[in-house]
Amino acid sequence: MPLSLLFASCLLIAALAFLLGRGKAFQSAGGDIRKLHSLPGYYGWNAALTVLLPSLLALLLWLAIQPAIIHSSVSHMIAPQTIEASSLDLVMSDVRRVAEGLDKAVEAGAMTADEAANATATGMNVRERLGSIGVALGSDVNEETLAAAQSYREMSSTGNLLRTAAVLVLALAGLAFGVTRTNKDFRARNTVERVILGLLIAAASIAILTTVGIVFSLIFNTIEFFKLYPAADFFFGLTWSPSFGGGSDLGILPLIWATLYISLIALAVSVPVGLFAAIYLSEYAAPLVRSVAKPLLEVLAGIPTIVYGLFALLTVGPLLVDVFGDNGVLHLGWMQGGTAVMTAGLVMGIMLIPFVSSLSDDIINAVPQAMRDGSLGLGATHSETVKQVILPAALPGIVGAILLAASRAIGETMIVVLGAGAAARLSLNPFDAMTTVTAKIVSQLTGDADFASPEALVAFALGMTLFVMTLGLNVIALYIVRKYREQYE
Amino acid sequence: MTQMPGTIKAAAMTDTKISARNVQVYYGDTHAIKDVNIEIGARAVTAFIGPSGCGKSTFLRCLNRMNDTIDICRVEGSIDLDGEDIYDSRVDPVQLRAKVGMVFQKPNPFPKSIYDNIAYGPRIHGLVRKKADLDEIVASSLQKAGLWNEVKDRLDGPGTGLSGGQQQRLCIARAIAVSPEVILMDEPCSALDPIATAKVEELIDELRENFTIVIVTHSMQQAARVSQRTAFFHMGNLVEIGDTQDIFTNPVDKRTQDYITGRFG
Repeated sequence: MPLSLLFASCLLIAALAFLLGRGKAFQSAGGDIRKLHSLPGYYGWNAALTVLLPSLLALLLWLAIQPAIIHSSVSHMIAPQTIEASSLDLVMSDVRRVAEGLDKAVEAGAMTADEAANATATGMNVRERLGSIGVALGSDVNEETLAAAQSYREMSSTGNLLRTAAVLVLALAGLAFGVTRTNKDFRARNTVERVILGLLIAAASIAILTTVGIVFSLIFNTIEFFKLYPAADFFFGLTWSPSFGGGSDLGILPLIWATLYISLIALAVSVPVGLFAAIYLSEYAAPLVRSVAKPLLEVLAGIPTIVYGLFALLTVGPLLVDVFGDNGVLHLGWMQGGTAVMTAGLVMGIMLIPFVSSLSDDIINAVPQAMRDGSLGLGATHSETVKQVILPAALPGIVGAILLAASRAIGETMIVVLGAGAAARLSLNPFDAMTTVTAKIVSQLTGDADFASPEALVAFALGMTLFVMTLGLNVIALYIVRKYREQYE
Repeated sequence: MTQMPGTIKAAAMTDTKISARNVQVYYGDTHAIKDVNIEIGARAVTAFIGPSGCGKSTFLRCLNRMNDTIDICRVEGSIDLDGEDIYDSRVDPVQLRAKVGMVFQKPNPFPKSIYDNIAYGPRIHGLVRKKADLDEIVASSLQKAGLWNEVKDRLDGPGTGLSGGQQQRLCIARAIAVSPEVILMDEPCSALDPIATAKVEELIDELRENFTIVIVTHSMQQAARVSQRTAFFHMGNLVEIGDTQDIFTNPVDKRTQDYITGRFG
């Protein structure tokens, strides 16, 4: 039975269980709903869940385990010489492809089931026969592969049959159990609520486990990289010049420098502007102004970063060159091209304004009115109150907002790819083109390099470094917020 | 209003600090204070009593124009402080509030040190030039508020770290530090336990020597204990005002009698 049909039958049995369970509960109470422990629907759901949970769980497990078992037993059939000649993975993928081809051939009627199961490579040109129904194979099929493929097919079909049987038996057993268990005193509501609790826990675990998985995938590839490239050269190297022929210098310092430089400029733009905007909106703006201006400001947050990147490339860069370039208004000659640290920093700062202002606005609004009253009642003006009472009270939250903005700036990619340039450089001039960690991760992984080379693997080490940096910032932000909040309360 | 016994008795007062005439307050469309006339004597404690929502806090907040900070609030009539109308356009509400300080229902120390809480007012009003003078103001304000012995060793500690009663006395000290002429107190003890309340009441009694005090309270015992004159508000009207003893022993108005005997409110 195909998977979809099996799944559908489980659902069908569950639906049946729902109806039976609800009906039986109702019946056991003699039609008086007040004698039931729970609402009738809960009995139905309880019965349906006793069908679905075990059967679907078994199905999932089976789907995970069966391929592994078949893989290991079929791979025993492959001779060690064949594996040495290429690799086990390649041979096995050939085997799977042939097995799938045979399935398809039988389905299309191009081959009888008997032929597919017992054909030998000498008796039949498998490659040609499969090619005729649209399954292209890279090479002729030898005896060994064909035999393995046939055995693979056989085991899969047995496995699938067993799977169908097991799942259906479990579903029906669940149906029987769920329905027999149902009577008017059974605490169906509590059971259903426990299952829902389990569902919530599972959802939370998925989010956390994914994070852990991401970290591990970074860690393993990073370790791989450090086996090929010395860590000291990576962390303290002053040059970044990857060459895909080998012999690259992969020092992270120029990239970190540019990342921090751009982030610094971005924060220098976004923090004052965002904070002042937040103060105006939360303390001074009339309700009407606020109701219009706040959403408008937050529209900025919804613009995709690639659009900011284009803005940097097409508008801000050329504008800066017109002012600071060789033939610029100021005749300074500081800037050679449109892409520069300043370009990316300014645009990133604009991107972060709503981030800072929105968070700060919330925090300023959260300062109790009693603080304002207390200060105004002492004869302070509104601005003195803001400066001396509200901002200090809101400071921990604002610092947290700024650090969060900083970790976004460090991780930002599109704006720097388009606005900052591509050359790694250690320079103090903010009008020089430089490139950041994120931009280099993109370029190292989108090239044609062998994935196992240090030039490609360095991307993971770069990613790991970024991850640790932003994680550190976030931890510090949380620490500051928490520490001051305790003092405040 | 037909009966105005308060105004008759007010004539007996030696010294009028604040006098309000025909004061109306509107919150949007709600008429919160209706035609209130009152005279508040200098260097005495005047208590405002009345059921919740009767407008006593609203009226209190008119006396230092705190209602200006509420957009929808509108005040009509005139309120004179030492004979000058505080709602005159030449009066800066900020300067007025330095003269008419306020203590709120819930203690609201700033999230600063105890020292900085007291020094806040003197600093923004530029009352002192030297650090030594500021130290002097902080110390004397805390002494007047009866808090000095409890906090003199931890002036740098956070004001929010004090107990509720200490916080409220800190807020009173903070108000005193600006040397106001009038101190308005909006249910200053409602968030405090009986012991802290007793201390604050004692303090109010001492402060009467130097300040004019107006206190809003829900506790009639408190009004009886601390005030010399009591005003009873009901539904936005000033029903009756007179010497505290008279109000509690011999009220003129039926509503006052019902309220103080606990028949409503």
